[in-house]
Amino acid sequence: MAQPIICLEGVAKRYAAHAALDGVDLSVGEGEFVALVGGSGSGKTTLLKTINRLIVPDAGRVTVAGEDVASAEPHLLRRRIGYVFQEVGLFPHLSVGENIAITPKLLGWAPDRVARRVETLLDLVALPREVAARAPAALSGGQRQRVGVARALAAEPALMLMDEPFGALDPLTRDALGTDYRALHERLGLTTVMVTHDMAEAVLLADRIVVLADGVILADGAPADLLAGTADPAVRALLEAPKRQAERLRERLGA
Amino acid sequence: MSPSLRAAFDLLPEYLGWHVLLSASALALGLAISLPLAIVAARSPRLRWPVLALASLIQTIPSLALLALFFPLLLALSALSLSLTGRGFSALGFLPSLLALTLYSILPILRNAVAGLTGIDPAISEAADGVGMTPRQKLYQVELPLAAPIIMAGIRTAAVWTIGAATLSTPVGQTSLGNYIFAGLQTENWVSVLFGCAASAVLALAADQLLGLVETGACRRRRVLVIAGLAGLVIGAAVAIAPLAGFGKPASYVVGAKNFSEQYILAELMADRLERTGGQVSRKEDLGSAVAYRALAAGEIDVYVDYSGTLWTSVLKRADNPGRKAVLAGLTTELKRRDGVLVLGSLGFENAYAFAMRPDRARALNVASLTDLAREAPQLTLGSDIEFLSRPEWKAVDAAYGFTFKTKRSFQPTFMYRALAGGDADVISAFSSDGRIAADRLVVLADPKGAIPPYDAVILISPKRADDRRLIEALRPLVGAVPVEAMRAANYSVDRDTAKVTPKEAAQALERALAPR
Repeated sequence: MAQPIICLEGVAKRYAAHAALDGVDLSVGEGEFVALVGGSGSGKTTLLKTINRLIVPDAGRVTVAGEDVASAEPHLLRRRIGYVFQEVGLFPHLSVGENIAITPKLLGWAPDRVARRVETLLDLVALPREVAARAPAALSGGQRQRVGVARALAAEPALMLMDEPFGALDPLTRDALGTDYRALHERLGLTTVMVTHDMAEAVLLADRIVVLADGVILADGAPADLLAGTADPAVRALLEAPKRQAERLRERLGA
Repeated sequence: MSPSLRAAFDLLPEYLGWHVLLSASALALGLAISLPLAIVAARSPRLRWPVLALASLIQTIPSLALLALFFPLLLALSALSLSLTGRGFSALGFLPSLLALTLYSILPILRNAVAGLTGIDPAISEAADGVGMTPRQKLYQVELPLAAPIIMAGIRTAAVWTIGAATLSTPVGQTSLGNYIFAGLQTENWVSVLFGCAASAVLALAADQLLGLVETGACRRRRVLVIAGLAGLVIGAAVAIAPLAGFGKPASYVVGAKNFSEQYILAELMADRLERTGGQVSRKEDLGSAVAYRALAAGEIDVYVDYSGTLWTSVLKRADNPGRKAVLAGLTTELKRRDGVLVLGSLGFENAYAFAMRPDRARALNVASLTDLAREAPQLTLGSDIEFLSRPEWKAVDAAYGFTFKTKRSFQPTFMYRALAGGDADVISAFSSDGRIAADRLVVLADPKGAIPPYDAVILISPKRADDRRLIEALRPLVGAVPVEAMRAANYSVDRDTAKVTPKEAAQALERALAPR
């Protein structure tokens, strides 16, 4: 594995009686595309949010690029990490361009550099430059999430955290956006950690899949290795689901 | 234009200026308190409930009571500050009004701001954290802009409430548009009352519309509208307040008056004499009975007229009645010794409480004295002014004669006479110098047991003016110079329904009537 950029050691988090994370160890290397999969309540979103300190763990240690996030200023840490989530959370009182420009402005970039960056990002996420002046409410769901991705990438982060980023989109848009993002990941040399409950999406986009259940990691590896190497029936079932689905689709559509 | 309407317009710059200055200051102060409080309450669910409950509790206190409560509180604080630092401050007028109205403006702003701040979409809040905003950046760049329309709606409500309630600051000695209403109510000058209501309503509507422009601007993210609304507010307030700069010179004499016609006339009479000596005079009118004496003793006002019996019972807490001369002599030495207040002398007439009945009713019931009245009381209704039944004089009379009235009703003095005329009351606690006694040919009941103390009208001078020769020389000629007939005529000229004159005109007529001396 390449130099680890994210490292979790014995990370635990409890909500009342329920253990969301129960002593998780995980390390993510530079340039990896990791998918965190599992059912609802498996702890995948909690795990993701401990990385940019939206959630503070009860125990264990999280480091990003060698720095302990517990001792980092949360806002400075988050400006270096792109964050995309299902609800997008575009600021309704700002235009699309102002939404994209937000982190560079917080970092104090010069106005002309910010303006150039907004144009570059709109090109990058395949949106016409005219949308910069529009209000977020005037965009379609897919366009809004493209803006969400552009906003996360604005300050040129090396690390991207994505929480079910395409979960609320229709299948076509979802496929297009997933493929486009994977290309961006390659092109910009990013490290990406993505939470998804859709195994097909994980298999199609990620280099490595981490399966969680009840706050512990059940399996961790490249999609093909995982299927071959695991004995756990729950993990097998999860991994075989997209394969079975693909076979049934082929039968019914007669491809 | 009718003379009373013209008189009302002449007073507008001063009344409106103070009204705007008072409401704008209270609103600004209320905003400065409630916005930070709302931010804290929105962050902490544990604080939210007590803070909102306290603000709601304040709102349930009647606004007039809230204003009145600040006077004794500030008087005590001023005395404390005087003893600690050697500097006191005015407990009358602007300060108590400002504080009460500020408290009043808090709830609508606080409640809306908390609702606006807690109602923000959690996804947007998460995004603000995710892009790397500090809590302060999140507040100023995301939370406040998004809550702004709701907060502005709260500010609009607060502005309308504050402008309306500011009319109630008149009784604590703060000039406002309420002066039209309170003075008009006492002198039955309905033009003045309506003028005050209309001016206050127009002001409230104008402020509401301009704030509405700001709200629409905040809602639609239209900066031009926000700026236009704010500019309108600032310019409007500046234009309204500007005339006050002319009144701003500290008046060298402050003449006080309680809240009825005779007091307004006598205040004008004294003010006119002081002005003729070249003095600067301002007036504090519509003071409550107890407020007036404490304000004089504290030096808030320099001179006013009170009545010997009132001072004897309310200030010196005496229940006996040693006779007119002894009461006056006792007051002169005791008030000087206790508070340093100078009793300049009696004006020459009495304004005693007098039980009065309609002549036909008195004849029918065969009532001529309070003893007769006690006999018939169980079938009669007593009408009194608002404070009479809680005054020691009533307790003394009641103890002497043992009244058991069927019912007792309280009225504004003006309406008390109307109630007697209309049969809503059988007997009223009138005032012996009131012109309406003679005009309505009322029967004044005799007091064979001498239970009602004497009520010589006396000029009182504050401790700090007790050696002011100009003041004393200007007012001394009034001592013993006002016969009760002249005072009744002056009072009636203000109180009657037709051809009524202003207290100032009545004072001038009274001065001319005294002139031959």
